[in-house]
Amino acid sequence: MDFLAPTSWAEALECKAAHPDAVAIAGGTDVMVELNFDHRRPPALLDLNRVPELADWALDDGRVRLGAGVPYVRVISELGHLLPGLAMAARTVGSPQIRNRGTVGGNLGAASPAGDSHPALLAAFASVEIGSVRGTREVPVAEFFTGVKRSVLEPDELISAVLVTPPSGPQQFSKIGTRNAMVIAVSAFGFALHPDTRTVGTGIGSAAPTPRPAPEAAAFLAGELEAAGLWSSRGALPATLATEFGRRVRDAAAPIDDVRGSAAYRSHALSVMARRTATWAWDAYRDENRSAA
Amino acid sequence: MDITLEVNGETRHLSIDPRVTLLDALRERLGITGPKKGCDRGQCGACTVHVDGRPVLACLTLAATVREPVRTVEGLAADGRPHPVQQAFAEQDALQCGFCTSGQVMSAVAAVEQEVADVREFMSGNLCRCAAYPNIVAAVEQARSTKESADARV
Repeated sequence: MDFLAPTSWAEALECKAAHPDAVAIAGGTDVMVELNFDHRRPPALLDLNRVPELADWALDDGRVRLGAGVPYVRVISELGHLLPGLAMAARTVGSPQIRNRGTVGGNLGAASPAGDSHPALLAAFASVEIGSVRGTREVPVAEFFTGVKRSVLEPDELISAVLVTPPSGPQQFSKIGTRNAMVIAVSAFGFALHPDTRTVGTGIGSAAPTPRPAPEAAAFLAGELEAAGLWSSRGALPATLATEFGRRVRDAAAPIDDVRGSAAYRSHALSVMARRTATWAWDAYRDENRSAA
Repeated sequence: MDITLEVNGETRHLSIDPRVTLLDALRERLGITGPKKGCDRGQCGACTVHVDGRPVLACLTLAATVREPVRTVEGLAADGRPHPVQQAFAEQDALQCGFCTSGQVMSAVAAVEQEVADVREFMSGNLCRCAAYPNIVAAVEQARSTKESADARV
C-alpha cells in the first residue's frame, strides 16, 4: 500500500490525480474502522494532515470558509457564533477523543446518510468547495450526496472547504441515539431560520439513502409565517403549524428498518424533532427581538 | 515505510506498514502496552492516549499521520511518584478489573488539565464494563481539587 503525504494543497491535488484510487484520510476516525476490520484495502492512503491550506477557517467574502481539516473540537470552541447549527451537531459527534481528530471535510467525504454534520449544513444552505488539478468548483450540500456513502466527488477530486453564510437567525440541531457518546444517529434533524430571506432551512439525517432537505415542508412553514405576518410581528409560533411542519418533514424522509431503529420509529422521531427544533428556533427569534428592544 | 514517533519524551524510529494504527505501533512494535485494545473501532476508549496534549483514540489514529508528541499512561508518573490523577484513582477505588483504567486516566488527565465543567460529558467516550463510574467521577473531582489547591499555593 502506498502512503502519500503531500505538504501543500497543490501537491495533494497532484497526488489525487496520479492516484485516483487513493483514499483521503484526515482525522482517520471513519476510515480507520474500515481498515482495522479489513472491510476496505485501498491501494493508497492520502494523508491530508500536512496540508496547511486545509487546517484553518476564515471569513471570506461574507462567508465562513471552513477548511476541510479543521477538527470538530475547533468548530465547537471557535465557531459557535458563526456556525451555530454545525457547532451543535459537532457536540454530538462521537466522543471528546473523536472530536479532537474528526473533521467536517471527512464527514462529507464519507457521505454517510448518518453523518452528523450534514443536517446542519443542509439547513444552513452551505456549499462544498471541491478541488482537483482541473480547477475548483462549488456544490450546494443539497446536491452533494448521490447515494448511500456516495457523493458527486470525482476520483481526482478532494474536498477543500465548506462555505457557509453566517446565520441571520437561530439554528437548531436534534439527534436521537442510544448513548450520549459514540452514537450513530437513529435519526437527526437540522433547522435554520433565515429571516433575511424569510426562508427556512431543513436537513434530515439517517432517514433516507442520503442526507436530504425537506424543501416542501420548509416552503410551507416559511409561507405560513409570511401569511400570518409572523416574520415581522414575531408572534408565537402556533402549535398546529409546528405540528404540521413536523408531519411534512416526516413525509420528506424515506427511512428503512435496520439495527439502529425501525422506519416507523424514525418517521415519528423526525416529526417530533422537526416540531421541537422549529419551536425552539422560533422562540429564540422572538427573544432576539425582546433583547434588542 | 519509516516513521518517527515521539512517545513519552523519547524519539522512536520504526518501519511499519502504512495501515498500522498508533495503537498497534505502540503495543506491538514499541512494547508500550498501557493503551489497551478493547474494541479497535473507537467505541470503548480503552486505547486513549494524548497526541499533542489532547486525548485521541489510538485505534482510530493512523501511526503514519502522527507528527506531534504522544503521551501514554506510562508517561504520567514523575520522579517515581504516580500522577495526581493516578493517585486519585487509587484512593477513590475508581476501578475494578482495570482494563479500561489507562484510557480512563488519560481522559481524566485531560479533563483536569483543561478544567472541564462537565466531567461526565468529558469522560463519556470511555466505557467501564465494571461500572465504576461514580468512583471514576469522584477521582477526577479529587484530582481537580488537588490541582486547584496546588495552583493556589503557587
